[in-house]
Amino acid sequence: MKLFNLIRIAWKALQRNKLRAFLTMLGIIIGVAAVIAMVAIGQGSKQSIQDQLSSMGSNMITIRPSSNQTVGGGARLDASGLQSLTLEDIKAIQKQATYITAVSPAVQSRGQVINGASNWPTTIQGVSPDYLNIRNWPLKDGIAFTQEDVNAADKVCLIGQTVVDNIFAGEDPVGKIIRFNKIPFKVIGVLAEKGENAFGQDQDDIVIAPYTTVQKRILAIPYIQNIYASAIDENSSAQATAEITGILRASHKLKATDEDDFMVRTQAELINTFSSTSQLLTVLLAAIAGISLVVGGIGIMNIMYVSVTERTKEIGLRMSIGARGMDILFQFLIEAILISITGGIIGVILGISASRLVTFFLSWPTLVSQSSIMLSFMVCAVTGVFFGYYPAQKASRLDPIEALRYE
Amino acid sequence: MTNKILSIQNLKREFRMGAETVRALKGVSFDVEPGEFVTIMGSSGSGKTTMLNILGCLDKPSDGIYLLDGVDVGKLSRNELAVLRNHKIGFVFQAYNLLARTSALENVELPLLYNAAISSRLRRERAVKALQAVKLGDRLDHLPNQLSGGQQQRVAIARALVNEPVMILADEATGNLDTRTSYEIMALFQELNQQQGKTIVFVTHEPDIAAFSSRTITLKDGKVIRDHRN
Repeated sequence: MKLFNLIRIAWKALQRNKLRAFLTMLGIIIGVAAVIAMVAIGQGSKQSIQDQLSSMGSNMITIRPSSNQTVGGGARLDASGLQSLTLEDIKAIQKQATYITAVSPAVQSRGQVINGASNWPTTIQGVSPDYLNIRNWPLKDGIAFTQEDVNAADKVCLIGQTVVDNIFAGEDPVGKIIRFNKIPFKVIGVLAEKGENAFGQDQDDIVIAPYTTVQKRILAIPYIQNIYASAIDENSSAQATAEITGILRASHKLKATDEDDFMVRTQAELINTFSSTSQLLTVLLAAIAGISLVVGGIGIMNIMYVSVTERTKEIGLRMSIGARGMDILFQFLIEAILISITGGIIGVILGISASRLVTFFLSWPTLVSQSSIMLSFMVCAVTGVFFGYYPAQKASRLDPIEALRYE
Repeated sequence: MTNKILSIQNLKREFRMGAETVRALKGVSFDVEPGEFVTIMGSSGSGKTTMLNILGCLDKPSDGIYLLDGVDVGKLSRNELAVLRNHKIGFVFQAYNLLARTSALENVELPLLYNAAISSRLRRERAVKALQAVKLGDRLDHLPNQLSGGQQQRVAIARALVNEPVMILADEATGNLDTRTSYEIMALFQELNQQQGKTIVFVTHEPDIAAFSSRTITLKDGKVIRDHRN
């Protein structure tokens, strides 16, 4: 029999029992819609984490001290308070590195910032002027400090929006003097708002000052705590990491057998870590949704068995007027596939709508990917074939004599 | 022998029921010529149903020869039997066996759907013609539940005619109908036989139905006990 006729016959058979066909489809509809919506939520959150991490400066490289010393039974010394990074390292990187466009030392301290009667606990970050480029962080107001300010250890600072909100109620902060741990700083600029980072920290709760000022006037230390650098672009962060490692090992005069006394982290690594976490989330969500697809498939199988039994007489008749086993097999198989594919189409539409609604009402980011649509659609077709095959085969193997006499 | 519709020689059919062998047909022989209207009579247990199944190519004989329009049925596979039924036999059943919620026209088209050589236009033409032949040309789009029993059986007869079979095989085709309608249906069969020369084999247990035919073959205990022309 021609395929077109088969599809027509199957479609008619479904139309004879619309409610049942729809209820059978429902399992598939829910399954597909769930897969699409769940994957959309997973992908959406992955995308938004990536965007947030990129907002920190996607080609940023962070260098921290780390201990290469072990004491006794292999316990490593705590890395905090290590003094392995120095200004010499900065100079070496500036001079030798080819994959680095900017580099800045960093020292920081927690403390109380005071403006008149208002005070607020915050962090002061001592950096060089390049830091703002590395972090891709523009100013909202005022001007940035310069290399001269660094050289002179001037008591000037830039403040974040959270600090502004807490100690300058309605005032223009630029030009005002604030005190950080009793040291007076002149506010020369306000940083543009950055919001929370991927870890939930408020990036705007900060005071930025020349690192020399923080080193000398607040911490009284000669070394630096971190180094921030900027790779030429995102893709060269691996080369940049290797390069920095080489430069620092030489600068620290480490022997080939020594471990690094610092660690280099790139933003790309962080993105990968978070991506793989949310990838796992996506897979889990998809797996749960996939189970409901299987349940839907079992529903199809169940109904197809009922349908075959119910229509035994029809099968007998069709066989007696010349339907071969194959014709009957295809008739029922196509019916099952029609159910699953129609369900799949409705499910895709419903899944996309559900994703939109989630974004609209909960403002969760969602991302409907074409691959998830293709995948669930294919799973549907396979489900139809797989779960439809056995009932169809049962139908095709009926003995026409007995099928005709079936009551 | 070539122009015979049916040629049956020493036909046997045995069923194994556990350890026992039931011999439903014990050597039946008869021929049917084109244009004959034959009734096969017999009470239950006479082997009538087994005979019907074999004549209808739904079952194969255990032994003996059955030639349908010159084709040796005993040698065919399941699929070949299906094709043979499609091309050479028109079934009419006691319970009409029409597809529910399917129009008369579509019910009649059904056998031609399983014949890939026939286009959809030809299918429709022949179905309309068959329905006109059973005087239901004005009921093409009626569903079975909108038709009376007699009308439903006439749709079934149209379905049996549509593939232009060499033989119409009717199984108690009046069994579900009242006496008057039965006679109408039998008159229709008679008309198809006499005016259009259709070969009809009618299986029944009612003697007064047999009176419409030109020849009656009576079975008992798996054997032909009487074969006479009316």
